[in-house]
Amino acid sequence: MSSILVPTRRALLKATAASALAMPFVSRAWAAVTEINMLAWYGHGEPDVVGEFEAANNVKFKPKYYAGGDNMLALIAQSPPGTYDVILSDAEFVQQLNAAGYIEELNAADYPFDDMVHEDFKKFPGHWKDGKLYSVMVRFGLLGVSYNTKAVSDAEAESYKCFWKPELKGKVGHFDWHLPNLGQISLFNGNGKNLWNLDKGQWDKVKATAKTLRPQVGGFFDYGGTFNGLKTGEMLAMAGIGDWITGVLERDGAPVKSVIPKEGGVQFTESYSIGKGSSKAAIVKKFIQYMLSPEGQVKSANMAAYPANIVTNKGRKALQDKDPKEAKRSNQVDGAALDPVKLIKDGRVHYRDIPKQQSLEDWNDFWQEYKSA
Amino acid sequence: MSGQKARRTDWYALSWRVPLIVWQGLFFVGPLLFMIAMSFFIVKNYRMEAAFDWGNWIKTLGRPIFWDSYFLTLRLAFGATILTTLFAFPASFFLSFHASETFRRWAVFFLIIPFFTSYLVRIFAWQVILAQQGVINAGLSLFGLGPYTMLNTMFGTMIGYLTLCLPLAVILQTFALNGVDRRLVEAAHNLGCGKFHTIFAVILPLAKTGFVVAAVFCFILSFGDFVAPYYLGGSKPPTLSIMIIDTSKSGQQWPRAAVVALMMIVTLMGVAFSAIAYAYRRRR
Repeated sequence: MSSILVPTRRALLKATAASALAMPFVSRAWAAVTEINMLAWYGHGEPDVVGEFEAANNVKFKPKYYAGGDNMLALIAQSPPGTYDVILSDAEFVQQLNAAGYIEELNAADYPFDDMVHEDFKKFPGHWKDGKLYSVMVRFGLLGVSYNTKAVSDAEAESYKCFWKPELKGKVGHFDWHLPNLGQISLFNGNGKNLWNLDKGQWDKVKATAKTLRPQVGGFFDYGGTFNGLKTGEMLAMAGIGDWITGVLERDGAPVKSVIPKEGGVQFTESYSIGKGSSKAAIVKKFIQYMLSPEGQVKSANMAAYPANIVTNKGRKALQDKDPKEAKRSNQVDGAALDPVKLIKDGRVHYRDIPKQQSLEDWNDFWQEYKSA
Repeated sequence: MSGQKARRTDWYALSWRVPLIVWQGLFFVGPLLFMIAMSFFIVKNYRMEAAFDWGNWIKTLGRPIFWDSYFLTLRLAFGATILTTLFAFPASFFLSFHASETFRRWAVFFLIIPFFTSYLVRIFAWQVILAQQGVINAGLSLFGLGPYTMLNTMFGTMIGYLTLCLPLAVILQTFALNGVDRRLVEAAHNLGCGKFHTIFAVILPLAKTGFVVAAVFCFILSFGDFVAPYYLGGSKPPTLSIMIIDTSKSGQQWPRAAVVALMMIVTLMGVAFSAIAYAYRRRR
């Protein structure tokens, strides 16, 4: 009597032999998986973004996530050369990565610079040095006024002044990072494109203005806290963030959104570099090319952790074709009044940078005082 | 003969002591010494460099916001300890003196269950409960009350501390009260001591050590907690644990964060040793 459950000795031998013959291929296939060490903000190494690239190229991403450029620089500084194969950095920190020799030179011909949605993106500040390319911009987002549409009208949200609205006392939240928040206060003070280049008088005025906002503030939050605060309605307006957080909530139907006020907004820019000494530079280059392809750009725009805007024309077209709802929601359609590219071209959005006349420590020290006030 | 015995190494006893000594050496004394050394290091280009520089101590302790934060953290931790002790006592007294053996076992089991779930998860659950549109305010609105702001306040922080400490305090107090000799309680009653007076004159003095240990645990946990003041208190104003995060995030100032941490350790040790000395005072 023979069945699957009770095999004959011959069947058992056949199965064993077949398994033994197949095993080397299986183990070889496993062994061939290339691990790519990624240093990035949360979400970039998750399956919704890199899953298809992993499957198509037999690679596996090992992400190490950080929060903030300082944190990223410290992680690299404390690791041996070659630890990270691909590094996602905020643009303002690329020059520091380069100055410290943490990233490889790239070949501009490998990337679709001719297809960028904005001329500035081709020669983005800090990405080039002495005519050599070190980092490629893959996505960007805008930071402005984020608000609950039931508590703040669209007209009110056209100015940072809405944060001082008496009805919002205790309901204004801060994303807990000095750079975007104080940058926005600087914009509110009318510093425009010089928002990071503040002399002593302007810096003192930024601090004084910030202190007038303090009584309105209900809390200082990380990503999770910001997300929850807006979702539960505990915070009705939020400074220092943009669509990268409200976009996720808006997709779920929450009455929140972000706009760029008349005083201007701040752009965050995320760029990929190849880590110095990486032995996997070829496959990392292929990955960066993938993220700049229309397919990769759509994935980036729809990233589950936080959405961002597309940097290539073909990517933008692909988003409009594949996901017109998201393209419309994020204003990435031609003719939209709040089209992020248009806002940059109109000079309403300024690239995030580090303080020019003060140190990051000065800004952070004040931020701590502000929190304690 | 007995003198020779005393001098001989007791390998059996030593084998029980050594693991603890090694553990404490590796995971407490070692890191502590490193942290002390690190507090004198300097940071250049986001990289720590070994040095002997008092700058971190001068800069950190010279800032008024450090002391504001220090005394705030101290006040919150003492407040949490007192509240926890007061809230825990009726429950532990009931469990120890009035509940049946079976009920007590089940109660202790249910007091342990919260520790099966991550503290962070429990705190996020509190956000849903305490929010303006949360469970409590929804319930109060049925009676025409509220909404009240509970999140991102000291009240929220205190709820977090109680979430962390209360079950532990009830368990420790219950065990302490279980150790009270019932015959002494009966003797007090027989001698005409009233029920309330017996609690303060007999039961609490006998269970003092356990109560102090429970309170010390509450203080230590609250003093060093980052989650409750950040997620329920809105980091407003920041406690020392939040200050450590802020300091280490900006410019990777781990040496300055080490100064804050060392100040916390010194405070905790001072409070813990004082409390333990008080708890065992009469036994000496």
